[in-house]
Parts: sequence; structure tokens; C-alpha cells
Amino acid sequence: MSSPLYVKEGKAINQAKGSLLIAKGIPGVQYGEIVDVKLTNGEIRQGQAIDVSKDAIVVQVFGGVSEVDLAGCSVRYKGETLKLPVSIDILGRIFNGMGKPIDGGPEVVAEDYLNVNGEPINPAARMPPAEFIETGISSIDGLNALVRGQKLPIFSGSGLPHNQITAQILKQAAVRGASEKFVIVFGAIGVSYNDADFFIKNLGETGAMARAVAFINTASDPVIERISTPKLALTAAEYLAWNHGMHTLVILTDMTNYCEALRELSAMRDEIPSRRGYPGYMYTDLAGIYERAGRISGREGSVTIMPILTMPDDDITHPIPDLTGYITEGQIVVSRELQRKGIYPPIDVFLSLSRMMKEGIGENKTREDHNNVFMQLYAAYAEGSYLREISTIIGAEALSDRDKIYLSAADRFESEFLLQGEDERRTVEETLDIGWKLFADLPEEDLKLIREEYIKKYLPKYKDEKKV
Amino acid sequence: MGKIWRITGPVIVAEGMRGSQVNEVVEIGSEGLVGEIISLDSDRAVIQAHEDTLGLQAGEEVRGTGSILTAELGPGIVGAIYDGLQKSLTALMANGDVFLRRGVKSFALPRDKKWQFTPTVKVGDKVSEGTIIGTVPETGLIVHKIMIPQGISGTIKKISEGQFTVVEPVALVEQDGETKEIIMMQKWPIKKPRPYKKRLPTTRLLVTGMRILDYMFPLALGGKAAIPGGFGTGKTVTQQQLVRWSQTQINIYVGCGERGNEMADVLYSFKELKDPNSGRLLAEKEVFLANTSNMPVVAREASIFVGITLAEYFRDMGYDVLLVADSTSRWAEAMREIGGRLEEMPGEEGFPAYMGSRLSSFYERAGQVECIGSPDRMGSVTIVGAVSPPGADFSEPVTQNTLRIVDALYALDTSLANKRHFPAISWLQSYSLYVDSVKEWWSKIAPDWAEIRASALRILQLEAELEEIVRLVGPEALPERDKLTLMVARMLREDFLMQSAYHPVDTYTTPQRAQLMVKTIMRFNTLAQQLIESGGTINELRQSPIVPRISRMKDIPNEDFEQRVKELTNDMETGLIPQKGGVR
Ligand SMILES: Nc1ncnc2c1ncn2[C@@H]1O[C@H](COP(=O)(O)OP(=O)(O)O)[C@@H](O)[C@H]1O
Ligand SMILES: [Mg+2]
Repeated sequence: MSSPLYVKEGKAINQAKGSLLIAKGIPGVQYGEIVDVKLTNGEIRQGQAIDVSKDAIVVQVFGGVSEVDLAGCSVRYKGETLKLPVSIDILGRIFNGMGKPIDGGPEVVAEDYLNVNGEPINPAARMPPAEFIETGISSIDGLNALVRGQKLPIFSGSGLPHNQITAQILKQAAVRGASEKFVIVFGAIGVSYNDADFFIKNLGETGAMARAVAFINTASDPVIERISTPKLALTAAEYLAWNHGMHTLVILTDMTNYCEALRELSAMRDEIPSRRGYPGYMYTDLAGIYERAGRISGREGSVTIMPILTMPDDDITHPIPDLTGYITEGQIVVSRELQRKGIYPPIDVFLSLSRMMKEGIGENKTREDHNNVFMQLYAAYAEGSYLREISTIIGAEALSDRDKIYLSAADRFESEFLLQGEDERRTVEETLDIGWKLFADLPEEDLKLIREEYIKKYLPKYKDEKKV
Repeated sequence: MGKIWRITGPVIVAEGMRGSQVNEVVEIGSEGLVGEIISLDSDRAVIQAHEDTLGLQAGEEVRGTGSILTAELGPGIVGAIYDGLQKSLTALMANGDVFLRRGVKSFALPRDKKWQFTPTVKVGDKVSEGTIIGTVPETGLIVHKIMIPQGISGTIKKISEGQFTVVEPVALVEQDGETKEIIMMQKWPIKKPRPYKKRLPTTRLLVTGMRILDYMFPLALGGKAAIPGGFGTGKTVTQQQLVRWSQTQINIYVGCGERGNEMADVLYSFKELKDPNSGRLLAEKEVFLANTSNMPVVAREASIFVGITLAEYFRDMGYDVLLVADSTSRWAEAMREIGGRLEEMPGEEGFPAYMGSRLSSFYERAGQVECIGSPDRMGSVTIVGAVSPPGADFSEPVTQNTLRIVDALYALDTSLANKRHFPAISWLQSYSLYVDSVKEWWSKIAPDWAEIRASALRILQLEAELEEIVRLVGPEALPERDKLTLMVARMLREDFLMQSAYHPVDTYTTPQRAQLMVKTIMRFNTLAQQLIESGGTINELRQSPIVPRISRMKDIPNEDFEQRVKELTNDMETGLIPQKGGVR
């Protein structure tokens, strides 16, 4: 197999308008393929064939059609959609958003060329994700557990510590009792050079870079490559997972930039926009990326995706987080309010959710009482937060003694359960035990979401501690 | 045979298509991608492709198949996992297709499998469309009834007993001097409702085992309901619960534009779940259609219509069928995407103007009917559709159009879900128009159901009103009576309405048990009111050991339930009366 060169060229350009270029029909151009537009002055711009017919092809030129003249310019195409050259040697390497090495190393000697859009996994071939990944972070492990094969995004806002949280997860994440091949695939989409550097350095420092692949598209790189970067990253991850049996964790940051690029390209095509100018197919487009996560029965590896996105105006109902939340298996939401209170990691557990949690926790996986502790913590924190809201109006003194207990439980939940150090790695047992410590302060008859046998087994120790 | 003239996304224009018909299925390109003609203009056809068109070129071949999009009906459906076009995903899996290549084909009904056919009519019997001529034990739970297909009526000339594939003749029918072969498989155009004799009123409760449905907002067999809710509010889990525990004979789960892992989750859970009545695997009464969000967009529409066609087919055998569709919004979005490519005039938020009528052409296929053909029988199709409103805002077009059609609404509330109150079905916003029609059904179990239901809902309503005062003055400033209302409302919410799908006992509640649970709480309310009227305080009530016992009702295993609740009620009657030293 060889990398196809640009094989054909069409010269009859009829129209150039906005970012679109209409050329006379060229047989062999494929719908959706990436083409090169060569200007008279020799400059080359990339474009995509977005409408192909016998009479004409419409090419969307990334970077616009300024300086394009109809006579001297030409369209060169391969007759094939974007492919990524792969081999096991991609490990440890850094590529750009078109899959070209940018680490100074040689081109990858390809063992195969893979279509970057992948193919949907047969739903009947999927295995439900069920292996708990211990991140060492209480608010995740205890209340919104991550499992292998899941797609769990981080919804954040500008200036919030999503990078630190992600770095902490990358450093600490481990599957209990497992020592299989674990690799990281990193995709940076339209991020600042500093942000990209932060992760690469981090991977380097922890020695993880040798077991990582990175695809970097910084803010100054072409917009169209924002679209291909996550697809390249996932193609690499799938290759490592399904061909080499590796457990891959794909970090994609910042998917908001991907969505903005999608909107920009759609607007240039004069497509009818859906909510707030984003194209109506954004759901399907994002699903094409995130649905690549999973496990397959009979295969060793897995693809776990953790995308990061910043919510415009911290608004979770904005189409980007909204559509993402409709696709991913939950979300970890970073809160500005908790950040202001000095809580790290400032994870809003009410807005956060892990839909795959129940399969990954419990006896033989984490601990038998995990689900009950999780539910009771939510109930208690919800009650305390509600009372906190009321007490801001009526004053805490006006509350009953029972309500005061819940009020302080909410504070302790934040300062003892949520709060932890950037380098602090808690086992899931430690996390659950903090829960029990908080329960010891609550009226025992209120622990109605916990099975009585667990109360008997776990509570006395903390009740006794309290007495001492 | 024609050639591709133009490709834009899922829309293809082909030339040289004279002689084709609108809605005809075509095969496109060397991979044979499936598409459907949506309009014809002299020799040009506009085609919507049901598979990804990336990489197609102008000039590639387009071949007509001469038939419109149909579903294959016959033994082999129950327990199957299909994609949106009814390709068998399990068959593909058996061929090693772990990934779905475009253009890959597989039959819906296996052609080589032999089924045991037992005739129920004999030579000389008159038969017509819908007449049951024999049965096949399809699974341990389902007897498949073989019916005379459309357009055939006459006299049985020959009928055989034995092992047959779905394409081998099992009977011969003489019609107007002609002899027609009857095979077990029939095909039906998916967008055409299957006929019935007449519609019947929907008066039987669809027992789902979910307390907030069965007791508060009942759904009738043959009814239609919608579950709108933002992401993470419980649409999928609710629908999964419905296909797990509903007291229907066939359940059809349509995963339309949703998650693959969820699909895997539900499929896996069915490998173990047993029918409590028969002890057989529940999968023996289920059909799954999986057209996940990364599978072709255009096939989302087909998945919904294939699903409803299968549902009607089993209805025609005389079965009660439940179809859940997760999510109808993804289908509406597919309509919007195609409409946009066809440069149709967009309506509200870009959706095509016909979106509402398409949705109703789906929901209108629900109902309880008298089936055609002999013997006389009754069947029903119940539809429950999930709606995924952007930003959880119910004023958007898909939700609004759906609400005009359905008769029951289960409104999911994001703030309940955030607090992990599940099912997060809002008791204030939800409604059911079946309350009156299932009253008689309920009265056989609980003559006082309607009153108790109404008073429980009233307490919850009162709570919402009191809540506004609480926010101003705090809970302690309320009079004791109101504090009691809040206390009982909380019991209703947390100890009755809240129901975990993952708790082995709590996951399914019989109507009888639900009735006992509410009755106990309402009895507590009455006794507590009396107590307070004679000078008792809410603090005394809060200390009462009765209260935690009420909250633990959910955990009591079914076999002990009646006894334990009787004890609880007795203790309540003697303990919650004014006495020295507070309540016991
Ligand atoms: N009845 C229920 N019992 C327990 N947990 C539930 C229930 N309904 C929903 N959940 C929880 O809420 C999460 C989201 O529910 P899901 O049905 O996937 O939401 P949606 O389909 O509306 O996005 C689930 O993963 C589960 O944790
Ligand atoms: Mg869902």
C-alpha cells in the first residue's frame, strides 16, 4: 500500500465567491475529499469538495478565495478522502492536524492507511463498559465514576482549572488490579500554544510520552484542521485499541473550538443554521466522533474519550455543551462558584453525571456500599444546599436543629469530600470512608438510601470516633 | 439503470432514471448503498441515501430494485437485533462484521432456519386477509401466528404440518380459480399502517411496574405517551424499564440516533433478565432496533417506521405490543437535515413544515383494535416516545408538536435529576388523559384508587405552594398543619414516587403493592392530622419510629410485604394517637 499522491488536476474554474470555488465537473473527484487549490502565484490552499456533480464541483476553500483568479488557478485532488498512515511507531510521536509529523522525526512508515472517519461499531458487537478507572479524585470516583470505553467530557469555563484536573487524571488514572497496556492519545484543537505545551510537557515529565500520541492544531493553524484533528486522534486510538489490544484514553481539548470551526464552515456554505448559528447536523457530526469510544466483545483493547470543552458564558444550555451532553455518557462540570470558594477540584456534582457508573462499581469492582453511599451523599448534599439557599434569606438561626445539621453537612461535604490536593491520590475506599464520616453526623434514621446491613457494618466506627 | 449526477451529503441526484417510481429503493455505486427515491423529474431522480455517501463520485451507477421500503414479517423477528433498515446486526456479527461497512447486506429473517409449523385451518376452509392459518413456537414466550397476507382470500387447497423455512410454501389457497402459495414471510411497506377491523377504546392499564406511571399518570394499552427531558434526566432508563417490566407480550425498543454503549447495556441486561411469571429469558419477547447516532442519519426515519410496522404485525396476531422510541427528536433532526439539503422552505427552527404531520403519522399507529381475519381477536400497540429538547426547553417545535398528538406526558425535570431523584418525572407537570378510562380497571384492585390518587396529588400540589412561603419565612415559621403537609409530601416524593431502577425489589412494583404503599402514607397523614389537632407537635411526629419504617417500605421483599405493612399499619393505629409522653 502506498500513500496516494495528488493524481489529477482540473483547471476550468468558473466561479469564485465567498469561500466557494466552482469548477467544471472533474470525473473522479470524491464527495467530501480534501483537495489542494493551487493559486497562480504558487500558493496552495486546502479545500473540500462539498458538492460534486457531473457538471461542476463546489470546493470550499479554507482560507477563502481572495487572490484566486479563474484562469490560472487549479484544483488538484487524490480521488480519495483523508487517510491516516499508521503503524505501532506512531507511539511517542507528535503530528499536526493533517497527520504530518511535527516533532522533527521521520515520516511514519505506514503499515496501513486508515479512513479518518472510521466505521461505526456494530451495536451488537459492543460490550458494555464496566471496568472502573480509579482517578484518585473523590468527586469523580465516588459520585461520577469513569469506566473503560466511556466518553465522559469535562464541561468547563475559561479560566477554570480543567487542564489541572485533566493532568491529575492522566497522572493518577489506573484500573484496579490491572497491568495492561495503557496509552494516551492527545488531540489539541485550536488551543493556545501554551495549553498544548502544558500537556506535552506533562506527558514528558511523567514519562508517559513514550506511550502517547499527540495531534496538535494550535489557534494559529488552519481552521479546517480543527475538523480533522479529533478524527485523526480517534483513528490512531482505534488502531492502537483494536489492532494492538491497547487501552487508550483519548483527551481532546478544546472541543468548543471544533464546534466553532464547524459553524464557521457551515456559514460559509450558506447552510440554514439551527440554534445560535450552529449547523443542524452538529449533533450527528459530534456523535460521529464520540461514538468511537467503546469496547468490543472478543477484542482486548478499549477506547475511552475524555473531551474538554469550555462552555461559552458558562452556559450549560448553550448548543455546544447541550449537544455534547446528549451524546456523551455524562459530563464532569467544573464550577466557577466552587472555584471562588477555593475548592479544588471545583466539580459541581449536581450538574455532573456518569451514566456508565453503575456497571463499574459495587462488590468486587469498588466496594459493596458504593452505590448506597453515592445516593445518600447526593440526598444529603442536596438537602444541605437547599437549606443553605433558604438560610441566606431567613438566616441560619431560624432553622430547626435537624436542618442545621444538614447545613453544616453541606459545608463539610465541600471542604472534606470535594476538596483535595492536585497531587493527592485517594483510593476509592478512602473516598467512600469520607462519606461515612459525614454520615456519622446525620440522624441515623435519615440514612434511608443505605441498606441496613451496610449501616451496621460501616457506621459504628465513625460514630465511635465522633464520641471520642 | 441510472448514473449519479450530483452528490450533496445524503442527497443524490441521478440521471437516466426513467421508469423508476417514487419511494422505490435503489442501490448506489459499487458498494450498493441503499437509497430511496423521493422525487422524479423526467429522467432525473432525487434520492436520499440511507448510508454514508462520503467518497462517492459523479457517474457511478444507480440501480432500481423495483420495490419500495418494506419490512420483512414472519418468524425470526423476536429476539432479533436490527439496524434501522431491518438488517440483522446479529447475522452481520456472525459474519465477523464488527464494524458496519457501508452497503453490507443481511436478511431480516434467516432464510435457512426451519420452523415448526402447525396448521390451525384445514383443507376446504375459507380464508381471507389476516386469517390465522397456523402457528410457530417462535420463542419460549411467543407463539407466532401465521396470517394470510394482503390481497389473498379463497379456500385452503392444501396445508402442511412440519418444518419449514420462511420462504417455503406451507399452504395453497385457491382464489378465483388460481392457486396461490402461502409462505410464512410477508413484506409490508413501512410507511403504510396495517389495516384492522375497528378501533376500540383504551381501557386496560398498561402495568409498567413504575409507581409514578401506574398509580399517578397511568398509561393504557393502546395509548401514546411522550417523555421529554434534557440530557441525563432519565429518558433512556425509563424506556429501558418499560421494555423490561411492562405486562405486554411483545416489546420493541427503537434506539434512534442515540448511544451505542446504552444499546449494548440494554442488550446485555437482557441476556440475564427473566420474566417473573414464566421464568423464561425476557429477551424472548423483545425486538431491538439499533440505529445509533453515528449510523446513517436518513435511516433514523426508517428505524421508527420499521419498528411500528413490526408492532402492528404482532398486534394483528392478537398481542399487546409496546414500542418505545429513543429519541424521536433525532428523527426530526434527520428530517431537518434532509429538508435542508433539498432546499425546502424551512419552518420553525429549520424543521420542515411537515414535521408535525410525520410525527402524528407515527403516533397515530398506536391503538387498541379488533384485528382483521378470523378468529376474532383484539390487539394493541402502545407507543412511548422520548423527546430531547435542546437546552431542556419544552417550548421547542418537536416537543410542542408531540404534545399535540400524545395523550400522556411524562415531563422530566432537570432539577430533580440533578438531585438524583429518579425517576425525575415531574408530578406537577405530567398528565395522563387515561385516568378516567382505566378507572374501572383500577377499581378491581383498589376501589378507592381515584380518590387516594387525587388526594396524594393534592398534597404534592400544596407542597409546591407552601414552598414559596418557606423560601420567605423558613420552614419553622409555618403552622404545624402545614409542616405536616410538607412532611407527608416528602414521604410521597421520597418513599413512594422515587423508585430506583437498579434496586432488585424497588425496580418493579405491582399495582397492589403501590396501592398499599400510598395508602399507608395517606393513613399516616390522617392519623397525624388528628394528633396535631389534639395538641401534638410535628417534632413528636418526626421522632416517631413509624417514620423510618415508612421509608423502608420500598426495601421489603414482595413475599413479606403484605404482612409487614399490616404490622406497620397496626402499630401506626395504636402509636399515632395522642398520649402522654408523645407518640410511640
Ligand atoms: N429510574 C432510575 N433509577 C435510577 N437511576 C436513574 C433512573 N433514571 C435515570 N437514572 C440515572 O440518570 C442517568 C441518566 O439517565 P438517562 O435515562 O440515560 O437520561 P437521558 O436518556 O434522559 O439522557 C442514568 O445513567 C442513571 O444514573
Ligand atoms: Mg438517553
